[in-house]
Amino acid sequence: MDLLEYQGKQYFARFGIPVSAGDVATTPEEAVRAAEAAGYPVVVKAQVHVGGRGKAGGIRIATDAAEARTHAGAILGMSIKGRVVRRVWVERASDIAEEYYASFTLDRAAKQHLLMLSARGGVDIEEVAATDPGAIARVHVDPLEGLDTATARAAAAAAGIPERARDGVAAVLVALYGCFTKGDCDLAEINPLILTTSGSVHALDAKVSLDGNAAFRHPEWEEWRGTEELDARERLARDKGLQYIGLSGSVGIIANGAGLAMSTLDVVQQAGGAAANFLDIGGGANAEMMAGALQVIDSDPAVRSILVNVFGGITRGDEVARGIVEAMRRVTLRAPIVIRLDGTNAEEGRAILASAGIPADRLVSKPTMLEAAREAVAIAARGA
Amino acid sequence: MAIFVDASTRVVVQGLTGGQGRFHGLRNRAYGTRVVAGVTPGKAGQDVDGIPVYDTVADAVRTTGADASFVAVPPKAAPSAILEAAAAGVRFVVCITEGVPAQDEARVYASLLRDHPGTRLLGPNCPGIISPGKCNIGITAGEIALPPVAGARNVGIVSRSGTLTYQALFELKSRGIGVSTCVGIGGDPVPGTSFVDCLAEFERDPETDAILMIGEIGGSAEEEAAEFIAARVSKPMSAYVVGVTAPAGKKMGHAGAIVSGGKGTAAGKIDALRRAGVQVGANPTEAGAFMAHIVRG
Repeated sequence: MDLLEYQGKQYFARFGIPVSAGDVATTPEEAVRAAEAAGYPVVVKAQVHVGGRGKAGGIRIATDAAEARTHAGAILGMSIKGRVVRRVWVERASDIAEEYYASFTLDRAAKQHLLMLSARGGVDIEEVAATDPGAIARVHVDPLEGLDTATARAAAAAAGIPERARDGVAAVLVALYGCFTKGDCDLAEINPLILTTSGSVHALDAKVSLDGNAAFRHPEWEEWRGTEELDARERLARDKGLQYIGLSGSVGIIANGAGLAMSTLDVVQQAGGAAANFLDIGGGANAEMMAGALQVIDSDPAVRSILVNVFGGITRGDEVARGIVEAMRRVTLRAPIVIRLDGTNAEEGRAILASAGIPADRLVSKPTMLEAAREAVAIAARGA
Repeated sequence: MAIFVDASTRVVVQGLTGGQGRFHGLRNRAYGTRVVAGVTPGKAGQDVDGIPVYDTVADAVRTTGADASFVAVPPKAAPSAILEAAAAGVRFVVCITEGVPAQDEARVYASLLRDHPGTRLLGPNCPGIISPGKCNIGITAGEIALPPVAGARNVGIVSRSGTLTYQALFELKSRGIGVSTCVGIGGDPVPGTSFVDCLAEFERDPETDAILMIGEIGGSAEEEAAEFIAARVSKPMSAYVVGVTAPAGKKMGHAGAIVSGGKGTAAGKIDALRRAGVQVGANPTEAGAFMAHIVRG
């Protein structure tokens, strides 16, 4: 789960990372109240899950209540790269002397934590990495040893951060590492991390990505679920406990296992079509989940055919077949189904489908995933 | 021969009394795997269809001589279950558990490296390992794997994805190609066993004549494998990398499968493998056809 800036800053504050005083607002009036509480001048910042907010006019400075109201009114409802702004973050403007970059991620190749630190912050770090890789200090942290202040200070020196800022930066790094590990982040990034004219170091932005697998030990994440940007199909799928990602093609996909689902997307493209979605019904899916998956896919008006690709392991072919029969009894699916069934209890499954009395133009069975993909693409092309 | 496990491997199932552990543990035994013990704290003295249950892995190892473990417990309990097995001297641990937090995986990996270098972890979030005809630990349906064929060239499989592992076994079986060992390393960010670990073992294994590899988007494991293949693998290989059509920035089910910042794309991985001399198919069927050509000449 990716957090919005204000949520990231709230999370940072819990782990002792200094952030500017501020509050979130959904109306111009709330923005003014937040500005009054923070003290002028303030920065009004659009809260959306995309970069490039500044260029789009989504970050503005206000010196009094009238300006705060005007800016919040202009930014709220604005569309940035297709995302409508529903919230602004209003915080006290900072006197910036210097801008740095700091982040923690997992280095999957080294199987250790990776600190990236640079004295060149406030710009796109990928750009810095490409044009001036020496400007980024990379320090691996052993997950069992953790990060101590001395190591953090040495990293600051290696990154070219001036002496007067090193103690402040080191303290932020140790706190940010705590947020990254105890807070179960996939990514904890500050860009820019600023040195103010008065000599303090604090986070001016927050980019936090949380590890969904750790949600069981973070009940506090629940309050942020409401701002996740899901389309109607994705919301319906999540309610049914399905792994679903909406795409823009016309062949609906249902497969068991992430790898097989991705592979199904690939072969649909190779057959000249485009997938409408990624949907993994998971291991051990039963008839009810299969029926739910079909309903989610069929709710997408762009879908012209549904390709069901199941290789039974834990998932049983007879359960998949019962799910299809059940779904077709419960609702009238607009799109015809093409199915490829192999693995555990596949023969029983094919027998159930054959004896269910489903018309041949509503359900087609194919022996391999390539043939099934070609058929599904052909049907989608006819129906378009 | 086979890699990591063989007909003499003695398996303890951690979580044998649970739904998953019981189903797959008994299925593994029915396949012919020596499932000698189960572990569930507080249930010592019970048995599951004749398999004795112990409170701790150490007790199970002492009494039954188990040298491999099958961890089938929920995500919360998996990290400590893996470390318990390692501390008890188990040399090979298979963890099928899906949903283990990445921070826990990183700590477990570091702990094994530092404190238990003699223990190899496979997974978490993997289908397990099968040496057809000898040993099956995990959730793979044994009947889709063809045992090594005498007098023919046999293939080792290594895969990052569960169901595509089955698909790979199926592609080879339908062509009459035997499999020495099939290893599912799992799709999580910190897998205990990597492509490179498996490739090194297959290169040494006299029963493995060629290698089929199934990669996926995200991370750099395939690129690292390509580097290793170019330098150290003499056996012929075919491969498939899934996710050519995956959009950037979306996790495709597996915690590890994501294209981000222009990195981890299927195209980059395919290119790296081809440069290392691997025949890369556009889908599992084509990778299987390439392999048939490799082993039959």
